[in-house]
Amino acid sequence: MKFNLWLSAGLLTFILASSGQALADQTLLNVSYDPTRELYQEFNRAFIRYWQEKTGEKVSVRQSHGGSGKQARAVIDGVPADVVTLALAYDIDAISKQSGLVPPEWQDRLPNNSSPYVSTIVLLVRKDNPKGISDWDDLIKPGITVMTPNPKTSGGARWNYLAAWSFALKKYNGDEAKTRDFLSRLYKNAPILDSGARGSAINFIRHGMGDVLISWENEAFLALKEYGPEQFEIIIPSISILAEPPVTIVTKNADKHGTHTIAQAYLEYLYSKEGQDIAARNFYRPSDPDIARKYTHQFPEINLLTVDEVFGGWQKAQSIHFSDGGLFDKIYVNQ
Amino acid sequence: MTTIPLPQISPAPHKVVTQESPWARWTLILLALSFLSLFLLLPLVAVFFEALRKGWEVYLAAITEPDALAAIRLTLTAAAIAVPLNLIFGIAAAWAIAKFEFRGKSILTSLIDLPFSVSPVVAGLIYVLIFGLQGWAGPWLREHDISIIFAVPGIVLATIFVTVPFIARELIPLMQAQGSEEEEAAIILGASGWQTLWHITLPNIKWGLLYGTILCNARAMGEFGAVSVVSGHIRGLTNTLSLHVEILYNEYNFVAAFAVASLLALLALVTLVLKTLAEAKVAQQTTRGNHS
Amino acid sequence: MSTFKQHSVLPGFNLALGFTLLYLSLVVLIPLSAAFIYSAKLTWPEFWNAVTAPRVVASYRLTFGASFAAAAVNAFFGLLVAWVLVRYPFPGKRLVDALIDLPFALPTSVAGITLTAIYAGNGWLGQYLEPLGIKVAFTPLGVFVALTFIGLPFVVRTVQPVLEDIEKELEEAAAMLGATRWQTFRYIIFPAVLPALTTGFALAFARAIGEYGSVIFIAGNIPMVSEITPLLIITKLEQYDYAGATAIAVVMLVISFILLLIINLLQWWVRHRSTKA
Repeated sequence: MKFNLWLSAGLLTFILASSGQALADQTLLNVSYDPTRELYQEFNRAFIRYWQEKTGEKVSVRQSHGGSGKQARAVIDGVPADVVTLALAYDIDAISKQSGLVPPEWQDRLPNNSSPYVSTIVLLVRKDNPKGISDWDDLIKPGITVMTPNPKTSGGARWNYLAAWSFALKKYNGDEAKTRDFLSRLYKNAPILDSGARGSAINFIRHGMGDVLISWENEAFLALKEYGPEQFEIIIPSISILAEPPVTIVTKNADKHGTHTIAQAYLEYLYSKEGQDIAARNFYRPSDPDIARKYTHQFPEINLLTVDEVFGGWQKAQSIHFSDGGLFDKIYVNQ
Repeated sequence: MTTIPLPQISPAPHKVVTQESPWARWTLILLALSFLSLFLLLPLVAVFFEALRKGWEVYLAAITEPDALAAIRLTLTAAAIAVPLNLIFGIAAAWAIAKFEFRGKSILTSLIDLPFSVSPVVAGLIYVLIFGLQGWAGPWLREHDISIIFAVPGIVLATIFVTVPFIARELIPLMQAQGSEEEEAAIILGASGWQTLWHITLPNIKWGLLYGTILCNARAMGEFGAVSVVSGHIRGLTNTLSLHVEILYNEYNFVAAFAVASLLALLALVTLVLKTLAEAKVAQQTTRGNHS
Repeated sequence: MSTFKQHSVLPGFNLALGFTLLYLSLVVLIPLSAAFIYSAKLTWPEFWNAVTAPRVVASYRLTFGASFAAAAVNAFFGLLVAWVLVRYPFPGKRLVDALIDLPFALPTSVAGITLTAIYAGNGWLGQYLEPLGIKVAFTPLGVFVALTFIGLPFVVRTVQPVLEDIEKELEEAAAMLGATRWQTFRYIIFPAVLPALTTGFALAFARAIGEYGSVIFIAGNIPMVSEITPLLIITKLEQYDYAGATAIAVVMLVISFILLLIINLLQWWVRHRSTKA
């Protein structure tokens, strides 16, 4: 009786599990961060079509989304990702360092620091901007509630922090003490630090919390698209940061699955005209100059600084600002 | 001798000394019911209300979309493996504990209860520590192309962990209450152990078994924390229903999130109905066991 | 070995016990030991620092405080509900009785998003509470509400059978001797249900401490304010701090063991009481 149960349980699993598989020659797993859901839904469809036309092979792409750090952790622990498309280079560095699944020089393998599209950080406010927010300065005024996620866990939150820092450093002509004070006052106005960018956005948009959301530009556009411009407005700050979400092949996984070629093609397709157009349609700034011209009306001109310029690279930014006992901890605890 | 009627005793309505006055009674009932409506009824109503906010079409679309179907399939698979295994475990454990006296019995009973008090997050974490790529068995498993976590086996394992105690906990007191005279008689009359189990014990405990299985199944299908740690959230592959709720919720897709949530709530309601039926039967069986 | 087990005519002891131990070891004990062994990688000061960092201590305070408050509220209302269900007839009673177990059967993520929908600032109840200055969602109060929800069945279900078993004769005798109804409750009924009530409280408390799914949606997860310990374990993992996560997990495990021990003692107390009576 026991054997029968085992057998039938096993059989049932097999049937249930096998019926779930799509009929495809190859399957890619793309482990990505929170706001890219809509982008990759559209992009995957286009790539599957493109690949079938080019090679006759049927490919299917599976997606996993979550906070960037959480997703990198999952890859380190063994999620069989063929490609990762995360929020910041630091998280892919972590995969490389902790697991060796990606070679250390991964960022040189694709153009533009392996970032096919870029984005930036903007401010999202409620309709008619009731608190009169026009730039980063306004976020430290008393009585303003700022929504931003926790930089310790969210990639987007780190970009938010760095964008605010860049602005303040410029405003105070490089005076670091004043910049720290600025950030400290900003985070004093941020009572809720969600663990991911989406959580923060949902609290602001859906639950009506806070006066201003510091957000990925693409998230802000998406909110306008989902909820309509009659509810929210995007405020473009005078200075922001150039956010470069990188993509790469998880080399050892792809080699093991025999998907290296197709994974390479998948990422390269992100740089193609069609891939760039899809990125732009989903509110990511394209790197291709032609496509960028086509969408100039959509993306306002912003004075964008890079992490390398202001912070001397991600590793440095991470260890100074976001490590345990780093500047962010001091700023946040010293409130 | 005749008793003299005592005129001072009024023929007032019979007062039950172990009953509170009606106003006290109704105050208590009202208080209890308002607490329950606030904490139980309101959430239940809210799930269905939010799910149907945009009408049936959106609702049906949300629960028949491929990712949702894959999540339903995975949830059923995990429960279909975890529940029978825990069923066998429950019977074996109850047989050993209820029918025999041995040293260390109370320790064993506590150990069975352990998963109940362990945080689901910790349950997920320990499997990552063992089967994760950075864990003990991870590199070996990878070399041999076996995936445990971030695949179906990991989800099944986590589900089993959190549901281990349910059936055993239900069966042990029931079998203890029933005693083992019937089984002993059967053995003395020449029945084999399996025959005794099959023809005597199982029929005696079948409603308790069902009751435990229902609870175990409900928990297995609804587990979130432990599964969330070992899932990897791969859509269409390692996404269970309760994880799918979270994903939809994070996609601004609140109606769909509540639609899927309402499926789970419906499951919970079915569980409650079955449970109430089984419970009545268990009560019958326990008393019969006591009298036999 | 004869002292290990008392003689019985029933067969299958070795098989049943063997399977039980094997299964339990494979699924529960060996995996749990992994947490202890893994945390041994840390030196003692490292371990101590990891589990007593201010943010971690704040999360203990919230987790235990909110769990205790939720279990206490459940003890009070659980006793009330059990009393009403056992003693008073009212329309829809069976329905109410069946509904008590809802939090047990409802997946925690469903509970989480639903409670958030109800208590958020623009939610069903939140919109009326917020103007009164009561913020529930995304505050420690939200954690308390979620934990009250999930712990609700435990007290009711442990107290209910004991209340049913209390013999009416005792209460009648008390009434004969001139006790008021309140005195009867205070001196006869309450002491009789106290062990069960404490057990229910401990069960609700134990369940609340480990709870994750229903809390994370409604808590707002603000470090130092509304961040529960299980979430902190996840956060540590996401920062690639495996050792730190495991250290906190070990603390939680030890607390689980202790609570389990207490619950078992309490249950022994309940049985002891009922046999003595």
